[in-house]
Formats: sequence, C-alpha cells, structure tokens
Amino acid sequence: MRSIVDGQSRVIVQGITGNEGRFHAEAMLRFGTKVVAGVTPGKGGQEVYGVPVYNTVAEAVAQDGANTSIVLVPARFAAGAVNEAIEAGLRTVVVITELIPQRDTIGFISRAEKKGTIIVGPNTPGIINVPERTKVGIMPSHVFKPGCVGIASRSGTLAYEIAWHITDAGLGQSTCVGIGGDPVVGLDFIKLLDMFREDEQTKGVVLVGEVGGKAEELAAQYIIETKYPKPVVAYIAGRSAPPEKRMGHAGAIVMGNVGTAQSKVEALEAAGVPVADKPSDIARLLRI
Amino acid sequence: MKLFEFEAKDILRNYGIAAPRGRVASSPDEVETVAREIGKPVVLKSQVLVSGRGKAGGILFADDPDEARKVASRLIGSTIKGASVGSLLVEEKLDICRQFYASVTIDRQARRYIVLLSTSGGVDIEEIAQATPEKILREWVDPEQGFSQRSAEGMLHRLGEIEEADIGRLAAVAANLYQAALDYDAELVELNPAVKTATGEFMAADARMIIDDNALFRHPEFEGRKSYRAEDTPREAEARRDGLSYVELDGDIGIIGNGAGLVMATMDLVHHFGGRPANFLDIGGGARTELIKKGLLLVMAKPEVRAVLVNILGGITRCDIVAEGLVEGLAESAVKKPIAVRLMGTNEAEGMAILRRAGLNIYPDMETAAREVLKL
Repeated sequence: MRSIVDGQSRVIVQGITGNEGRFHAEAMLRFGTKVVAGVTPGKGGQEVYGVPVYNTVAEAVAQDGANTSIVLVPARFAAGAVNEAIEAGLRTVVVITELIPQRDTIGFISRAEKKGTIIVGPNTPGIINVPERTKVGIMPSHVFKPGCVGIASRSGTLAYEIAWHITDAGLGQSTCVGIGGDPVVGLDFIKLLDMFREDEQTKGVVLVGEVGGKAEELAAQYIIETKYPKPVVAYIAGRSAPPEKRMGHAGAIVMGNVGTAQSKVEALEAAGVPVADKPSDIARLLRI
Repeated sequence: MKLFEFEAKDILRNYGIAAPRGRVASSPDEVETVAREIGKPVVLKSQVLVSGRGKAGGILFADDPDEARKVASRLIGSTIKGASVGSLLVEEKLDICRQFYASVTIDRQARRYIVLLSTSGGVDIEEIAQATPEKILREWVDPEQGFSQRSAEGMLHRLGEIEEADIGRLAAVAANLYQAALDYDAELVELNPAVKTATGEFMAADARMIIDDNALFRHPEFEGRKSYRAEDTPREAEARRDGLSYVELDGDIGIIGNGAGLVMATMDLVHHFGGRPANFLDIGGGARTELIKKGLLLVMAKPEVRAVLVNILGGITRCDIVAEGLVEGLAESAVKKPIAVRLMGTNEAEGMAILRRAGLNIYPDMETAAREVLKL
C-alpha cells in the first residue's frame, strides 16, 4: 500500500547489530526491501550484510535518504528509538518490539500524530507490500503471493495462516499489515480500511480480529458510515476464550461485556461483513 | 499486576490523597489490636484482588475491638469469589457526607490516559455509564500537556452539581491521582468511592490500582511479588516463571501453538468440531527446544488432558526445533498421551522427518489436525 510502504520505501533497521536485527535485515533484503541503513548507538561505522550502520537516525536520513524504520530494539529502549525516528522526520515507523510499557507507547504515538508519522504496532509482525516486494517486518515471505487482497490483523502467526489460505485459493495479497497485539497501537483497523479504499492494488479486505477491546466494533461502524465500497470479510479469534483471562496478547482480554467475540461478530454482520467460522472459509466468503 | 487496596492507599498517601486511619492485619489478635488503637467503630476489609468483594460479604463492620476480633476470625481464611483471604485492612468507619468517583485509566481507542470523575460514587461505575452517562465526566489527557488541578476544576465546573468549595479539593485529588498513575505506570487507579466526610475531609474510602506488567522493570519495589497473581492456578504460575503464556481451561484437549491469535484460532477450531480445550499455551516466537519440551510436559501433566494438539506456523520459529522439543518432551513425560501435530513454515521438512521417526501423528493443516485430535 503506497500510503505506508511501497517499492520506494528506504528502510532503516533500528537495532540492526542485535541478533534479531541482523536476522530480519537479511530476510528483508532477500525479499527485495531497500534496506538502506542500520542504526545502533555506538556501533556507527560497522556494516551488516553490506548495509552501513550509523549512530543516529538523523545520519541515516542525511546519508541515505531513509524514510521508513523498523524498530527491533529491546522494550526498555524502544520508546527512545521510536522518538528519535519521529524527530528525524520518517514517514513510517514499524515497531516490532513487544512488552513496551503502555505509558511509553501513549507518549510516542502522541508525538507521531503531531509530526504526521505513521506508527505501525507496537508488538506487530510489521507490514508487507507483496506486489512491490517490500517487507518491513518479520513475517515469513513464502506464505505470500502478489494479489489483490489486503489483510489487517491483530495477530501475527494467524495472519500468516490466513495469508496462506488466500494464496492457496489463488488470490494472493496486495498488502498485509499487523496492527499489533497491544491494547494501545498506532495504525488501527479504521485507518487501514481508509487506506485500503484508496489503494488501487487492493480489491477486497480481510480483517483478522480477536477478543478484547472495541476495534472490530468501531471498524464495523466505520464500514456502515462510509458505505465502504470494497468487500470486507472478517475472522475473530478467541470465540471460545473465557472472560477475565488474558489470552497471550495484552490486548486480548474480555472484561465484563466489553470485548466479547459475540459482540464483534454481531457488529460486523450488521455491517454486512461476513465473519468466517474457520480460517479456510475466508477466501470463499470474499466476493472479488 | 493488581495491587491490594492497602498497597494502593499507601502509595496514594504519598501523593497527598488521604485514606482512613488504619492498617493491614493478618490475624484476629492483630485485628483486635488495630481496632483498639483506632478506638472507634471499624470496617474490616478483606484484602483480595477480586472486584465486588463487598457484595460477596468480604467487607464487614464492627463496633468494638472484641467484635472486630470475632468478625476477623470468620473472614481470615475464608474464600471471597474464589480468592482466599489472607489479611484484612482495618480502618476507622467513616461518617460519609458525600461520595464521588475518580479514576485514571487508558483509553485504547483514543490512545491516551483518560480521567473519569463523577458525583455518583460508591456504586458500579459501569452501571452509571449505562443508565446516566451524563453523570460521568471524561477528559482525555495530552501526554505533553499533562493533567493539572486546573484541568480537573474545569471538568467539575461543567458538572455543576458540586459546591464551589469542594471543587478545588476534589480537583486536587484527581490531579494527584493522574500523577500517581503516570509515576507507577498504572493501567488503572480508581477511587470508588472518594468521599467527603462529615468533618469536610476528602479521602479515598476504597482504592484499586493495576500496574502495567510491561513496566515492572521500572518498579523494582514490586519485584518480590512478580510471580504472585491471585488469579493464577499453580500450573499457570509455573508457566509464567518459565516464560510461557499459559491459561487453564476446563476441557480435555491440550492446545499448544505459536502466537496468541493462532493459538486462540486453534482452540476455537477444536471447539467448532465439538471438542473442549483444556488450556491455551503460546510458546511465542523463536522458541528453543527446552521451552517447547517444558510446554509439552506442562500440558501433559494436567490430569484432565486426554490428547494434545500442536499447531505451529514457523516464521522465526523453526519447525525442526519444535519437533525436537516435542520428541524430547514426550520421551521424558511420565504419562504418555496422544499428540496431533501440524507443522508449517521454516524448516518444515526437517521437522516433519523428526516427527515421523518418532511416530507422531502429523496432519497437513490445522483444521484436519483439530478434527482428528478428537478421535485420538
């Protein structure tokens, strides 16, 4: 999707000298992503897979025209890294790091809004623009195939599962975005639906939700209000999850009557969005 | 992490938010001593981490130290909504003139802290929000601007039905509550009720506080309590110590997978085909052999588990490592239970070969695996 990540994205990896940073920098390069630099404070001057490492994001912007970042630094340093990327004026910052304190997330999302930076995540597998061979994330590339289905998911591996079913059905994906498993995330379903509507590569959208919060209900309301023009299909994980238990993701917890699978399914169906019982039903329900 | 009422009140006292005179006690003798020190009728409040303890009989009154002792011997050791009562907060019984509600929490959708104030305190705030939403004031805080006493005064002026003299005092409580929430990385700080006493004092009659687990590294004072969660079963606590995300359920099919969403979807499929999941176990991303082995042993050790379903979609998780962990776990387990496995992704072929050699049941996709595990 051009508005977030495309073939022109010039990507930096914050935390490139760590194990995760190194591993995913290579995987992104292999997929075709233009990884132009890495940033690790104190490690400036090194190289990782031929990619120059700088001490600061500002240097990477000045030297290599970076406009996008993937953050793979430990939780306690993540907010500092994200804030640095925002200050350096990057367009998109993809925050893979999990377990970031919510106070930190609230702080950097607020700054990003004021600066016009898009934050994807935190606790996201990232984003992959399949036709433009650009992955800013940690997802396995082999489940994807260029196509016309946009996927927005609260979960990582479940998004891969669903992407694989869509590939298997011969449809393929335009862009797949993980919005993140945390309670507070930057880019949400509504903003993504908005972007998918304008994205000429996308003919239909799959929303992969889960129990907890109200993101799916709000997406349903948005679909009704905007008479959303492209077909949307949803899948909700956690239909058999008990209340008051945090199911892995901090965001996946049913509290009282808020966040139940039933409420989400009802809201989506009322908006004319078919909700699949099983991941393998999604491709069939998508009328494109 | 939920804090006990007495802990929350101790923290809030440092922020200028008063609480009734009293302290925590863990034996009837001690309760009697505290009641004697207070020298007035007291309230005995069970220190449990469940909400609705008042309605469940966890909060009782006593007119004198002798009665306090008797009531305490009934409460201590009893069970309130599934939580066992280890201690009581013994406090002076307040002469309440008016009750308010004040809280600071995180609004997911707005991506901000939100301050809630109401003149309808002491009752379930969700009921008020349903019945008379206009009685709850809400203010979303810009993190760079913060939330001052003046912000709170502005809110309360909008409400109208509160005396001018009280506005400043309640506003000070709200501003201090916000500061405490920030400093302690709280997901929730709630006073329900905050009260004005007959003598005109404002204080926290009840206080709840939930600390963001992700921020515990900034709060070493809670270190010793890290593993303690009243709602954990012993096996859940063990899993947490090992770094596994594990939730117990009441069925008989063990569920293991990587990624919260995928594990939930696997549970749902078992349910869809008429089975009942016994647990939720997420091994996370990039798990090592040792962790997978531990996970399998943990799930198989639960007596109710009849068969185990393992669903892995490897990205950063390697299927061969998972397979090794499963085979080692099965070899070490005292009880042998059937396992159905679906492996896909990174090093899938190597993983499948390991499982085949060990004679495990392998299925090509998660739906087949979820259906077939019920027949094992």
